[in-house]
Amino acid sequence: MPLAIPDVKKTWTNAINTVTLGATKDEGGTRTKKVTVGGATALPFHHFEGKMPYPPAIAMEVWDVAPQDWPEVLAEHFRDVWHDPGLWAKKCVEQYGADLICLRLAGCDPVRQNRGPQEAAQAVKHVLESVGVPLIIWGTGNDDKDNEIFPAVAEAASGENCLLGTITEDNYKTLVALCTAYKHKVIAESPCDVNIAKQVNILATDMGFKPEDIVIYPTSAALGYGLEYVYSVMERARLAALRGDKMLSQPMICDIGIEVWGVKEAKASEQELPEWGAQRERGPLWEATTAYVYLLAGADILVLRHPQAVASVRQAIKQLMGDGLT
Amino acid sequence: MILIGERINGSFKDIAAAIRERNKAPIQEWARRQTEAGADYLDVNLGAVSKSADDFRWLIQTVCEAVPTPISVDYNKLDLMKAGLEAYKEFGGGRPVIINSTTAEDSKLVPLVELAVQYNAGLIGVVMDERGSPQDVDRRVELGAKIFAVASEAGLTPDRIYLDPIVMPLKFMQEQAKNVLEAIRQFAMISDPPPHISIGLSNICSKAKERSLINRTFLVMAMAAGCDTAICNVCDTELMNAVATAELILNKEIYSDDYLKAYRKRS
Repeated sequence: MPLAIPDVKKTWTNAINTVTLGATKDEGGTRTKKVTVGGATALPFHHFEGKMPYPPAIAMEVWDVAPQDWPEVLAEHFRDVWHDPGLWAKKCVEQYGADLICLRLAGCDPVRQNRGPQEAAQAVKHVLESVGVPLIIWGTGNDDKDNEIFPAVAEAASGENCLLGTITEDNYKTLVALCTAYKHKVIAESPCDVNIAKQVNILATDMGFKPEDIVIYPTSAALGYGLEYVYSVMERARLAALRGDKMLSQPMICDIGIEVWGVKEAKASEQELPEWGAQRERGPLWEATTAYVYLLAGADILVLRHPQAVASVRQAIKQLMGDGLT
Repeated sequence: MILIGERINGSFKDIAAAIRERNKAPIQEWARRQTEAGADYLDVNLGAVSKSADDFRWLIQTVCEAVPTPISVDYNKLDLMKAGLEAYKEFGGGRPVIINSTTAEDSKLVPLVELAVQYNAGLIGVVMDERGSPQDVDRRVELGAKIFAVASEAGLTPDRIYLDPIVMPLKFMQEQAKNVLEAIRQFAMISDPPPHISIGLSNICSKAKERSLINRTFLVMAMAAGCDTAICNVCDTELMNAVATAELILNKEIYSDDYLKAYRKRS
């Protein structure tokens, strides 16, 4: 007698919210492409248990100023364009196929150039004019500075249905009010803590903001630097969401490039660490491997830097979505 | 926790009057209030006001018009239950439904299980039979197992079966509360996954002075034993706060500082 294999499929009661970014001309924006993420009714890529209607999207990172500290293996791909965020964004979309552009307003950071609201708004407008994909606009992480620049930034992108971030437990009122007024989506950040992830969402929705307009940023860590902690937070949030927790049912974004390209496994050249092999392969591989793990944890948007990592992760998503397999 | 709002019941004076006068306003107001308070289902019961299928149909239509909340259709006669389910099919637009309720008596159990299958409904099975309500744990479990077996045999999966151990008034039958909690523990072992375990909470505080306190203490203890469904006063804020906190302690919800707000926004 063949042994009967028990059916271990799970059934879930709730779906992850869908979030659409970008607005076309008809909708009051100027985007030529929109991106929708979320909507899953089962754990990531468990196609046998539920639906995953939208594949995770890849955003490529663009700065408002030229970075000073990017390693050569990364910098060599962008040095020709990084004096102009519009050209940089265009290259990411046209040459590397980015689904979204993540404009990081690094130049506004007080520890960098400390640029003001008008310069930030100009950068935003310029990128919007240069590409047709939807925009993620990421602040400096300095609460005072973000609250100073976001009013001009949110207004400059008015009607474009961008994803703005981040709000935190201690600083959410200004950006939530701006996203309500100018009809943007918001990134809710929590420090690798599922309880705070839920709390930030409660605080934002308590201001009347729709839970469907939030994307969770559970913070990100590079492979080897606490990735497993973030993984379990994301997994716990996703399981709770699928069981019905509406305050954790938001899609999740992972900010990967900035983490990976800050650790020595990606940054160190082979002259420094010859036993680790060629940096040109090692760096993008570290970024892509980190991204694979977050895909399995439930990431819906991945912010990446290296074109090679982008290409590998896109391929992985295609395979995991079952294209051509079933 | 599945919370079923108890308030739309003809045994309440305002609802009885509204049914008699065909006055929708008080009924719809309770439908809204209970929904806002976090009810997952609204129990809809004619009570003793009427035996008319038309009245039941009107009552169900009235509730369906006011809110999108699913209904637990509550009546103890088969013909009216059928009329109620038919009305709900028409006005509820495919929302989930619970039949409230059957007993373990064959003459009720068999046809009501059939109705549950036919209307794709959940079914509350109260553990009593022609001999009346059980006074001990064993009889409760025996009747619970019988209801579960008949319902499963007919094709109801455990998530559509709600076993009710019969909560009795603390003031008059004090020893029964402990038996009910033990029966809940044993119901939870009937199958894997277990059926739902549902209680009619307000019976526990009948005629008592500290009604709200008795209700919430008992509900939390029942939840700890494995109860996951209660027909109760969802508009009792302290009761809802106790449920939200018990869900955290049982690790069924994720903690956040403002978890009470989250619990109210959960549906």
